[in-house]
This record gives sequence, structure tokens and C-alpha cells, in this order.
Amino acid sequence: MDVHEYQAKELLASCGVAVPPGTVAFSPDQAVYAATELGGSHWVVKAQIHAGARGKAGGIKLCRTYHEVQQAARELLGKRLVTKQTGPEGKPVQRVYVELADPYERELYLGFVLDRKLERVRVIASKHGGMEIEEIAKTDPDAILQVIVEPAVGLLPFQARELAFQLGLNLKQVSRAVQSILGAYRAFRDNDATMLEINPLVVTKDDKVLALDAKMSFDDNALFRRRNIVDMNDPSQSDPREAQALEHSLNYIGLDGEIGCIVNGAGLAMATMDMIKHAGGNPANFLDVGGGASAERVATAFRLVLSDANVKVVLVNIFAGINRCDWVAQGVIDAVKATNITAPLVVRLAGTNVEAGRKLLDESGINVITADSLADAAQKAVAAYRSVK
Amino acid sequence: MSILIDEKTPILVQGITGDKGSFHAKEMIDYGSNVVAGVTPGKGGKTVHGVPIFDTVREAVKQTGATTSITFVAPPFAADAIMEAADAGIRLICSITDGIPAQDMMRVKRYFLRYSRERRPTMVGPNCAGIISPGKAMLGIMPGHIYRQGNVGLISRSGTLGYEAASQLKELGIGISTSVGIGGDPINGSSFLDHLVLFDQDPETEAVLIIGEIGGPQEAEAAAWIKENFSKPVVGFVAGLTAPKGRRMGHAGAIISATGDSAAEKTEIMKSYGLTVAPSPAEFGSAVASVLKRA
Repeated sequence: MDVHEYQAKELLASCGVAVPPGTVAFSPDQAVYAATELGGSHWVVKAQIHAGARGKAGGIKLCRTYHEVQQAARELLGKRLVTKQTGPEGKPVQRVYVELADPYERELYLGFVLDRKLERVRVIASKHGGMEIEEIAKTDPDAILQVIVEPAVGLLPFQARELAFQLGLNLKQVSRAVQSILGAYRAFRDNDATMLEINPLVVTKDDKVLALDAKMSFDDNALFRRRNIVDMNDPSQSDPREAQALEHSLNYIGLDGEIGCIVNGAGLAMATMDMIKHAGGNPANFLDVGGGASAERVATAFRLVLSDANVKVVLVNIFAGINRCDWVAQGVIDAVKATNITAPLVVRLAGTNVEAGRKLLDESGINVITADSLADAAQKAVAAYRSVK
Repeated sequence: MSILIDEKTPILVQGITGDKGSFHAKEMIDYGSNVVAGVTPGKGGKTVHGVPIFDTVREAVKQTGATTSITFVAPPFAADAIMEAADAGIRLICSITDGIPAQDMMRVKRYFLRYSRERRPTMVGPNCAGIISPGKAMLGIMPGHIYRQGNVGLISRSGTLGYEAASQLKELGIGISTSVGIGGDPINGSSFLDHLVLFDQDPETEAVLIIGEIGGPQEAEAAAWIKENFSKPVVGFVAGLTAPKGRRMGHAGAIISATGDSAAEKTEIMKSYGLTVAPSPAEFGSAVASVLKRA
């Protein structure tokens, strides 16, 4: 799960990381009020969306007057911001963050990530802030500093100190940077984050070390013990169908193709999409109905897949392990009758009680194309698409 | 032979009184697995399917000599159950649980390091279908009847895609020595590599099929090791060619977030290390048949 910049900064600030003063606003008037409350003479108005690269896309505006703050908020709020990371459809801006803008002297990079190879948290820092870490890795790989956290003891002060000194900071700055690095690690660990990026971490003229931007992602598997993170969820930032799927504990991800997929198991679901592509078609979605594909879940899955106007064919691929093909077949029959599906439907059943399942489908009177294998199913789905296109 | 489990392996089921634990314990017993004990704290002294239940893993191991455990424990308590099994001297721990926090698994893996190499358990999963040595024993939730006994080793991150492969092989009359589901999470108890080492030493295994997916470094790691060390033919496949970047495809670990994570890149890496790559997920069976013929 992702959160907004201002939420990530709240979490960081609560762990002792210094951030510039700022307030979230939902309207231009609130933005102006926020600026008056913050004081100062320069503010940045930042679009809050779950994606980076906002600056280049015009999502971050420097303002010198209250009037400019109001203008900026008016321009951003209600608009869909398209950045390099959002895809062509962009993300809706429903809140802006108004932040006091102080001049700074240096931009640094600080990141935390769960390293899957080492099975440890990796801390990454660089003296080149404000650019993407992938870019630094290409242009100046030696400038990337790293330390690995030993899970039994956590990030140690000496490790943070080593990073701070290597970043070329003066003594006053070092002690503040150490506080920020250790605090950021606590924010990462105590909230079950999987990624935390402070880019840039800036150093001001008066030796302050501030998190100027912050991005955090959290482990979905740990949300059961992180109510505070769940409460930060902003459903406007994700595909409404995905949000709907989640409510029924189905895994759905919308894509651009025409062949809707209903599959049990994540691996088989991915392989089914691959197989459709291999047969010359394009999958409309990833959808894992899970191990116990009950009649009700299959019906929900149908509704979800059919709510995508691009879907011209539906392909059901179920490998029954602990469940049984006859149960799944009944679910498909019920769903077809309930949803009045007009698109061609290809069904492939395999595993436990496959004969009984096929018999049910054959005798149900519903219009269904049955397939024997994964390849057969994909070919028949693509052929059906070509015939209705 | 087979790897990890056979008909003699004494098995303990953690969480045996829950719906899933009880159901699958019965399935395993019916398949022929030697289930000797169950553990549910607070239910010690009772029995399920004729299997005695204990309050702690330590007690169960002491009374029954169980060496292998399968855990059906809810995500918040799963890491604790795994570490309990490790500390009680269990040699092989299979965790079916889907939804264990990554930091908990990080802690589990770190905890294992307190034991010397000889004493350290092997862990399979979490978020996996388990292990089956067809015709001998099942330590998992798979439908046993789709596996035929034979000479091909199978390692898969995904459960259902492993089923797909097993049934394609069976269709062609090809059997399996052992099938291991290593799970779909970002931090696994064991990797492709850990089990390849075992298949290398198993005289009954003549070829291995490894089925990976997007995300993480372990397919590439395995492919590099195979080139240098593995003498038997290997067929590889990576699911998720059509998966978009940055999206979690069902499995917590199936996400393209770094260079080398995509299916296309991993497939290229496999090819460059000399693996035979199945051209599509419908061709697991035929690809394995072709390498067996050549061998």
C-alpha cells in the first residue's frame, strides 16, 4: 500500500526526522489559510498523488504570495496529473500540501528498501539528491553509499554516522543527519514499510537537515497490525475495480486487452495471461479468485471482469486442487445466468472431479465453449475474440 | 528415491485443529503420509483423525519423534510457530500460510542462523502448496492424484502453476520424483538453488523443471549455479511476461520493481546459462519430454 507525501512526512516526523513545516489542504481557500498559518514568505504547493516525478509534470509550484498559493491550488485540485510514473491516464489530485519553502544548499538522497537477496533492510544514501537513484547508479555508481541492517539489532548509530560522514557533512550537520537516518529507519521498521525514499534530503544554510520529499510503501501482509497505515488509504488513487475486488478478497489488476480472465492461483493467472498473448490475443486483466473458488466468488469475479467495457471474451481457467470442478462449474453456470453475459465464454476446468464439472456445463444449456488444456483455452478465446471483433 | 520427504518421514501438523489444518491433515494421511502428531496450544491430550495433539512442538517431538512439520497457522502467529518448530529440533518446516509480513520472515531467517549448519532446519514456503513425493508422501495442500511417480524433479513458486505442470507431465506419461512449492512471498524459507542441490544428489531424479515468476533474484541465481554445477538437464519457465511493472500480481513477491525482475529478463538469463526454456506454460510437458529424450 502507498501513502501520500504528507502522510509519509507525518510518520517520519513522529520518529524524529526533521521535515519542513506544512499543512494539507483540500481547497484553494484552505491552501491560503495554511500559508498564513505557516508564516514565511515563500511556499510550495504540491499535488498529492501516489506517484513521483511530480515536479517535471507541473505538480509542484513555488509561490511568493497568498494569491499565487490560491492560484496554484486552484490549478492543481480536481485535475488529473500525468507524470512519468502514472501512466497516460494520470492520477486525480484531491489534496495539495502547502509547505514552507526555505532555501537550501545541498540535496542528498536517502532510501530504505527490503533487499530480497540479502533478506535484510538496505539503506542507500548519495550526495546526488533530487535525481532518481537509478540515474545515479548509471552516471556515478561510486556515489552510492550503502549499509545493510542486521535484523537482530537494527540500524546502529555508527552505521548512520559512517553514512553521514561519507556524505561530506560538517559536524553539526552530521549529528542531525544521524538523527534523521535513525528516525527514518524506525519509521520504516515500526510501520512495516517495504520502501522509504527521502529524495531530496536537504541541508540548509543554518545546518538543518530536512526531508524535503518523502515516499513510502507498506507491506500489505502487515496491514493487520498497522491500523494507522490502513487509515491513510486514499481509494481515489487506485483503480475502482481493484478497490472493489479487494473488498471481496479477490486479486484484480486491470490491463488494456480484450480477453477477460478468471483464474485460480496467482501463478496460473499470470501464465494464462502469458498464454493469451502467446496465442495472439491480449489479456484484459489479472484476476486470482483464490483456492476456494466458491460459486459466489466466481459470480463476483464475473461482475468485476464484465464491468470493463473493453472485455469482448471471458476466459475461465480453474485448476481444482482442494476445491472441485463440479462446484466451480455450478458457480460459472449461476454467474452466467445472473449476469446475462453476452460475450463469448471459454471455460477450461482441470483437476479434481473434472468430468462431473464438464458434464454440468454441457447439460446446463448455457452458451459456453469448453477447452481441454491451457493452450486450447487460449486459442479458443483468441479465435472467439477475432469472430466478434 | 526422492528428496525431503518419503513414506517414513514422521510428520507433525501445527494448527491441526483449525479448518484447514484438520482438512489437509486428513488428506495427507489418506495419501499415505506418516502423520504422527498435531500441535495446537491448549488442545493437548485430544486427538484428530486418530492423531495425538500436543500443546507445544517440543512435547510433540519428544513423544513422537516427529522430524518434519507443516504449519497451518494464521499470519499474525505464523512466524512464531515456525521458530517454535526450529527450536524444538524439527528438520524440515513447510509453511502453507499466505500473508506473513516480510519483516517477520526476515526475523525467522535471522533466527535460523543461531543454529549451526548441521542443526539448521530447511524451510519450504511460506505461501506455498507444499511438497509431494508421489506414491510416497504428501506434505501440503495439492491434489495428490494429479502427480505420477517418476524421475523428474519439480520446483515451483506458484502452487496452481505447479499443478498445471504436473498434470501436463502425467498426460505424457512422465512422473515426478519430488515436487517442491517454494512459495510466492518476497522472502522464502528456501530457494530454487537449495532444492536443486538436493535433486543433484538424488539418483532417481533425471531432470528438473523450475517454474519461476516475476520479482526477485532467485531464478537468475539458480540458473548461474546450474551452469557451473548441475549435471542433469533443466527446463525453466518464468511466468508474468504480460505483467505490468510495479504491480503486485497476487503473490506478495510477484512484483517487477528492479532491473532483472521481469519475466523477459529472467528468461534471457536462463537461456544464457544453457537452460531449456519452455516456450509457453502449455509446453512444460513437451519441453521436459524433449530433454529426457536427449539425456
